[in-house]
Amino acid sequence: MTMLDETPLLSVTGLSRYYGERVGCRDISFEVYPGEVLAIVGESGSGKTTLLNCISTRLEPSAGCVSYRMRDGESRDLYRMSEAERRLLMRTDWGFVHQNPADGLRMTVSAGANVGERLMAVGERHYGRIRDTATHWLSRVEIAADRIDDQPRAFSGGMRQRLQIARNLVTGPRLVFMDEPTGGLDVSVQARLLDLLRGLVNDLGLAAIVVTHDLAVARLLSHRMIVMKDGRVVEEGLTDRVLDDPQAPYTQLLVSSILQV
Amino acid sequence: MPDPVNRDAIAVRASSLSKSFCMHLQGGLELPVVEGASFEVRAGECVVLGGPSGAGKSSILKMLYGNYAASSGEILIRHGDAMVDLAAASPRLVLAIRRETLGYVSQFLRTVPRVAAVDVVAEPLVARGIDAGTARERAGLTLERLNLPQRLWQLPPATFSGGEQQRVNIARGFITDHPVLLLDEPTASLDAANRRVVIEMIAEKKAQGVAQIGIFHDEEVREAVADRIIDVRGFAPAHAA
Ligand SMILES: Nc1ncnc2c1ncn2[C@@H]1O[C@H](COP(=O)(O)OP(=O)(O)OP(=O)(O)O)[C@@H](O)[C@H]1O
Ligand SMILES: Nc1ncnc2c1ncn2[C@@H]1O[C@H](COP(=O)(O)OP(=O)(O)OP(=O)(O)O)[C@@H](O)[C@H]1O
Ligand SMILES: [Mg+2]
Ligand SMILES: [Mg+2]
Repeated sequence: MTMLDETPLLSVTGLSRYYGERVGCRDISFEVYPGEVLAIVGESGSGKTTLLNCISTRLEPSAGCVSYRMRDGESRDLYRMSEAERRLLMRTDWGFVHQNPADGLRMTVSAGANVGERLMAVGERHYGRIRDTATHWLSRVEIAADRIDDQPRAFSGGMRQRLQIARNLVTGPRLVFMDEPTGGLDVSVQARLLDLLRGLVNDLGLAAIVVTHDLAVARLLSHRMIVMKDGRVVEEGLTDRVLDDPQAPYTQLLVSSILQV
Repeated sequence: MPDPVNRDAIAVRASSLSKSFCMHLQGGLELPVVEGASFEVRAGECVVLGGPSGAGKSSILKMLYGNYAASSGEILIRHGDAMVDLAAASPRLVLAIRRETLGYVSQFLRTVPRVAAVDVVAEPLVARGIDAGTARERAGLTLERLNLPQRLWQLPPATFSGGEQQRVNIARGFITDHPVLLLDEPTASLDAANRRVVIEMIAEKKAQGVAQIGIFHDEEVREAVADRIIDVRGFAPAHAA
C-alpha cells in the first residue's frame, strides 16, 4: 500500500507578490510531493509566471514562505538561504524550462556543450563521460547524434525546446519548473513534445510544476491542478475532477470556452 | 489474489450520496441529479445500476471514481486494510486508491497522442511497478482475447473504430487485479462475439472476489452478469423536473 505520510518536497505558504500597487499573485498556499506533477492554469495576466518565479527563487516575494526539502531530508526556507546555496540548488536539484528556449539555452555554443555545461557545473570533469552523457540525453529527447556539434541557432523551435529539456534533466533534478513549455510551437510539434515530457516525467519520477494556459496540456501532464484568476487561486484539485466537474464560476467558464479536453 | 476472498466483506459503501451541479454560466442554476444514494457492494458481487437515460447512473459511477465531486454523503472504499472515504479524500489519496484499489472502464476511451494501444493497456501495470516487458506481454494477451487485430497493437488508438477503442479501454480496465471495478457501458459498441468475451471476463473477476459496479444497457449482458440491480430512480431528487 502506498504510504502517504511523506513530507512535501516544496511547500508554499501565504505567498504574495506585488508590483508597486499592482497585484502579481496574492496569498497562495500549496504543496508539491515527490513525483507529483502540478499544473497552474489561468488566463493571461492571472499571475502564473509571477508565482512560478517566486517559488523558484527567481523573483523575491513581497510576503510568504517557500520551503524545500533538501536531499538530506531537511526542509529549508528558500529565502533564508545564502545566494550561493540557492544557486547550487538551481544547478543541481532543479530544472527550469522557459517558454522561449533562447532564454534557457546558450545559443552560440554547440548542443553538446549546452548539455555538458550543466554536468560540469555539478563537478563532472571527464571529457569522454560528459560527451557520452550528452549524446545519451540528446537521443532521449530525439535529437540525432550527428547534430551534437551544431549550435541551437540551427535548430527548429521544437528541437530547441527538446534541447532545453535535455539540458535541464541531465543533472537528475528532483523538481522541474516549466513555464508554458509548449507555448510558441506548432500543434503537431506540441503533441510530440508533450508526449516526450510525459514519458520522461513518468520514467524519472520527477516532480514538476507546469504553468500553462492550455487545459489539454494540464490534462495530459498533471496529477493536480491549480486555477488562478486575478492573482488568486480560485480552484484546486485532482486534474480530471477540476476539468470534468469544475466548481468555481471562472473554472466553468474556462472549461466551457474550449472545444474538448 | 493474496487471501481467500471473504465474500461478506463490504468493498464499497455509499451513504446518502448526492450530486447537484451548480451551473454558474446559467445564472447559478442548480441541477440536482442524485439524492440520497445509499448502497453496498461486497467482494465478488456484480451490481448493476439501472434506470432510464439521464437518471444519474454515470454520475454515480463518476463520484465513486472521484471524477465528480460528491455534493454530500460518504463513499467508503476498502483500500488495503482500511475503509477510506473517497468523497473526502485528498487528491493524492484518490490517486493512490485508483492505482491500487479502484479500476474504471469509462464509456469512451480518452486517447493520448502517440501512445501505442498496447502501451495504453499496459500503463496501469507499469504504474504499479511491473516491468515494461511483462506488462506489454500481458497487455498483448488481453488484447488478443478481445480479438483486437495484432496489426493495430502498435498504433495509437485515436484512429480506431468505436468498438476497437472500446476494447482497448476494456483491456486497460481488466488487466490489473484491482479489488473494485467500475464499468460504464463497456459493451455498448461491441459485436456479439466480443460481448460474450466481456461477460466471461466479468465472471472471472467475480470468481476472484472483485467487486464490480456496472451500467449495461444491453439486456443479454445485464442478465448474464448482474447479481443485483439497483434502480437509480430511487435516488431521484425530490424537486427535479
Ligand atoms: N515586472 C512587472 N512589473 C509590473 N507588473 C508586472 C510585472 N510582471 C507582471 N506584472 C503584472 O502582474 C500580473 C501577473 O502577471 P504574470 O506575468 O504573472 O501573468 P501570467 O499569468 O503569467 O500571464 P501570461 O499567461 O500572459 O504569461 C499582470 O497584471 C502583469 O501585468
Ligand atoms: N458535468 C456535468 N455538468 C452538468 N450536468 C451534468 C454533468 N454530467 C451529467 N450531468 C447531468 O446529470 C444528469 C444525469 O446524467 P448521467 O450521465 O449521470 O445519466 P445516465 O443515467 O448515465 O444516462 P445515460 O443512460 O444516457 O448514460 C443529466 O441530466 C446530465 O445532463
Ligand atoms: Mg506567464
Ligand atoms: Mg451514462
